[in-house]
Amino acid sequence: MTMPSTRRASGAPLNRLDGVQKVTGAAKYAYEYPVDHVTYVFPVQSTIAKGRVVSIDASAARALPGVIAVLSHENAPQLAPVNDAKLAVFQSEAIAYRGQFVAAVVAETLEMARQGALLVVVGYEEQPHDVELRADRPDLYTPQIVNPFYQSDTASGDVETALAQAPVSLDSVYTTPAEHPNPLEPHTTVAVWNEDSVTLYDANQGPHPIRDTVATAFKLPPERVRVISKYVGGAFGSKVDTHPHVILAVMAAQVARRPVKLALTRQQMYALAGYRSPTIQRLQLGAQRAGQLTAIAHDVVEQTATIHEFADPTAVPTRVMYAAPNRRTTHRLARLDVPATAWMRAPGECPGMFALESAMDELAIACGLDPIELRIRNEPAVDPESGRPFSSRNLVACLREGAQRFGWQPRDPTPRLRREGRWLIGSGVAASSYPALQFPAAALVKVDQAGNYQVRIDAIDIGTGAWTALTQIAADALEVPPERVQLGIGDTSLPQALWATASTGTASWGWAIFNAASALRARLQEEFGGSVPAEGLEATGTFQANPEAQQYAMHAFGAQFAEVRVNMDTGEVRVPRLLGVFAAGHIINPKTARSQFLGGMTWGLSMALHEESVLDPRFGDYVNHDFAESDVMI
Amino acid sequence: MNPFRYERASDAESAVALLGQEPGGVFLAGGTNLVDHLRLGVSQPDLLVDISHLPYDRIEPLPDGGIRIGALVRNSDLAADRIIRSRYPLLAQALLAGASGQLRNLATTGGNLLQRTRCVYFQDVTRPCNKRVPGSGCPAREGYHRELAILGASEACIATHPSDMAVALVALDAVVRVLGPQGERAIPLTDFYRLPGEEPQRDTVLEHGELLTAVDLPELSFATRSHYRKVRDRASYAFALVSVAAALDVADSVVRDVRLALGGVAPRPWRAVRAEAVLRGAPATGEMFGRAAEAELADAQPLPGNAFKVPLARSVLVRTLLDLIAEEEVQP
Repeated sequence: MTMPSTRRASGAPLNRLDGVQKVTGAAKYAYEYPVDHVTYVFPVQSTIAKGRVVSIDASAARALPGVIAVLSHENAPQLAPVNDAKLAVFQSEAIAYRGQFVAAVVAETLEMARQGALLVVVGYEEQPHDVELRADRPDLYTPQIVNPFYQSDTASGDVETALAQAPVSLDSVYTTPAEHPNPLEPHTTVAVWNEDSVTLYDANQGPHPIRDTVATAFKLPPERVRVISKYVGGAFGSKVDTHPHVILAVMAAQVARRPVKLALTRQQMYALAGYRSPTIQRLQLGAQRAGQLTAIAHDVVEQTATIHEFADPTAVPTRVMYAAPNRRTTHRLARLDVPATAWMRAPGECPGMFALESAMDELAIACGLDPIELRIRNEPAVDPESGRPFSSRNLVACLREGAQRFGWQPRDPTPRLRREGRWLIGSGVAASSYPALQFPAAALVKVDQAGNYQVRIDAIDIGTGAWTALTQIAADALEVPPERVQLGIGDTSLPQALWATASTGTASWGWAIFNAASALRARLQEEFGGSVPAEGLEATGTFQANPEAQQYAMHAFGAQFAEVRVNMDTGEVRVPRLLGVFAAGHIINPKTARSQFLGGMTWGLSMALHEESVLDPRFGDYVNHDFAESDVMI
Repeated sequence: MNPFRYERASDAESAVALLGQEPGGVFLAGGTNLVDHLRLGVSQPDLLVDISHLPYDRIEPLPDGGIRIGALVRNSDLAADRIIRSRYPLLAQALLAGASGQLRNLATTGGNLLQRTRCVYFQDVTRPCNKRVPGSGCPAREGYHRELAILGASEACIATHPSDMAVALVALDAVVRVLGPQGERAIPLTDFYRLPGEEPQRDTVLEHGELLTAVDLPELSFATRSHYRKVRDRASYAFALVSVAAALDVADSVVRDVRLALGGVAPRPWRAVRAEAVLRGAPATGEMFGRAAEAELADAQPLPGNAFKVPLARSVLVRTLLDLIAEEEVQP
């Protein structure tokens, strides 16, 4: 697979094609679609973390003017099982986490629905809950895999002996708290039934998978479910999976026989839209005095909900970062009565790299080496675990280029040496890594006699710039200016694609579009001698997998530099400078790519300095559940 | 959200009369805190009396040299006022340290004073809270209390008052002017807020139906050298972990007079009277500032999650006063 060398649009810093619509409010987000005869649903959430519902008194809610229906396990339609138990909304009286839906009120207005929800009286039989993550729990278990398809444990060589014999060794535990993705746009679904089919306007990261889940749960053929998601206001992993509110909206619309709008509140998102597990990570490093690693062990403990297993691949980046003959990575889970964990911004890689890179910094000090030099001395020639060559790596180049641009000086690591006024000044460096994955996708390209092209694919733009980048790819594949290309995405009536997740979108959808465009151009030449027939012409293309992915270890790498100031009187932290240098493959649009890098760095800063979702073990859920109490970078 | 009636008061007297007839009613000004509480169910009034358009939106000089700030002056306008900025810089700084530009454009002086605590348990109707539901219990004491009180709290409640502006005003001996069913009265801001004791549901000494009309600032010549220092978990748009409002009058390296208040540490903006008493007439040195801070914090009752506030408050108080001396030295 080779893209044409005469690129015109790709590589150009095009402004976002949807920018004007977004800043003028013309771009419709899911909740904003006007639908006739609309109603609103507001959920009632469990106030216990474990047990069962023994009574539901909805009489006061039903008596309210404007209330159309009150749903609960007592009267809900029966759903077909799907492979995620938390989607069995109102299918039993069992409670598996605090915040679980136990009832819902459908009403003429949002305010009526919300008032009705406050009036539903739920009786519980409470059982003791268990929500505390500790590394010494006797019931930790090894998951079958860690996400999305990695082995839970890997081992080679003899780590224990190597550690025992290492001239320099390190044994540290790093912990990270639970963190919530918190996209600006909350999770919303508008469900509109039309006889035996349903249309959803939904905020998500992949309409086709949502469609399939809804179709299964409601026993419909997939083509009777349509999911439309033109614009999405951020996601950060939290809109990959189908969450219970999607099922609730579809069910409420079915029961009310009217369209239903549902928007989770910020507070509700803390229990119902996934979050990153807290982690307890033990890092053991053994090294020669000159810094060459002889052993790396990265052992991870994290939590999963009793209702749905989810295992972040936290130690997986350690498998590719540094050379060492003796190595081990493990993942253990505690199954707790907590809200379900799910994907969030570099799921696994983010907390895992924090621990690994912190350990490498400590090892650099122990070896008396500059942290950049230590990393360079442990640069592997091939993927340390698979033995495959890297398709590209360039980590050392990123570190060196960054050091020059940042003004990195080999320095005395003794704390409190550099000051300015009452501020202590420090600088730090860390490596970045993320796997280069691709998912299958299909696309359709049409041309008319005027030379206008329509490109159709159920890709999705969650704020990343996909509208723009895919248009650029299509324009180049068709050898026309971007203005000739009209892109359609975010709709399950378009050819199937998967999620905007794990940095796979452009690399998957782009190939499907390229292949469809190539097929169209071939048809045009071979069947019509190059002139478009009166009725126009179309062709489809698919992308299944990159065959070279079996031969190479494929990852993006980068280097991050930070200047950090700490106030001597108050401990306040300020970060006047961040620099990132990345080797992330072929950049389609430098402007939107730069925004993505800045976004990633900003969220890294936010995670390092701010984000911490606080679980109150007596209640079993996260208590600082809004933007005033749960700090994110703003 | 519960249904409520809405009335737009034509003047202050009718606003007071409207509310007086409705025990479950509240005034609506900027709404930046109240509307959140309506949505969350934290506040479930039967009646909103809209006072936002009443003519209390002026900043005026008083004959005795002080300043009268209308209760409906927006936080943005107050912070930008030339007189406030030049004569009471700590107040302008406190205002700009609070909330966000959008909120300050809506929030009023009176509403800012009447903000309620941001304790996470208070704001969540699914959890007990003595301030919201008297007698239901306080989960904060043994739960999440990073932002909560080390001074002035009770067994029933450890909430903090969230306002920055009020900390500056309490340092300046501001007086709140109130119109009620029995007519007007003036309440020194130091007496305006209650400590929780056994009745944490009552934040202030206001009676039902009393309307804030103005805040009077007495003249304080040395307040031209004053500062508001706020320490928080995020550099903007976060409530104070600890803040200090300070005005200092030093002559020949001796403290002639001083005004000090702490924010983020107590159920009310905390006038540091003990620290002031230590400092008046004392040498203006870091050592004395430290002793003053220690006197103020001697009764602190920290909890595991907010014990850091005791050394932090000491440190911020000392540094704020040292910075004021340094300013004094460069501005003869």
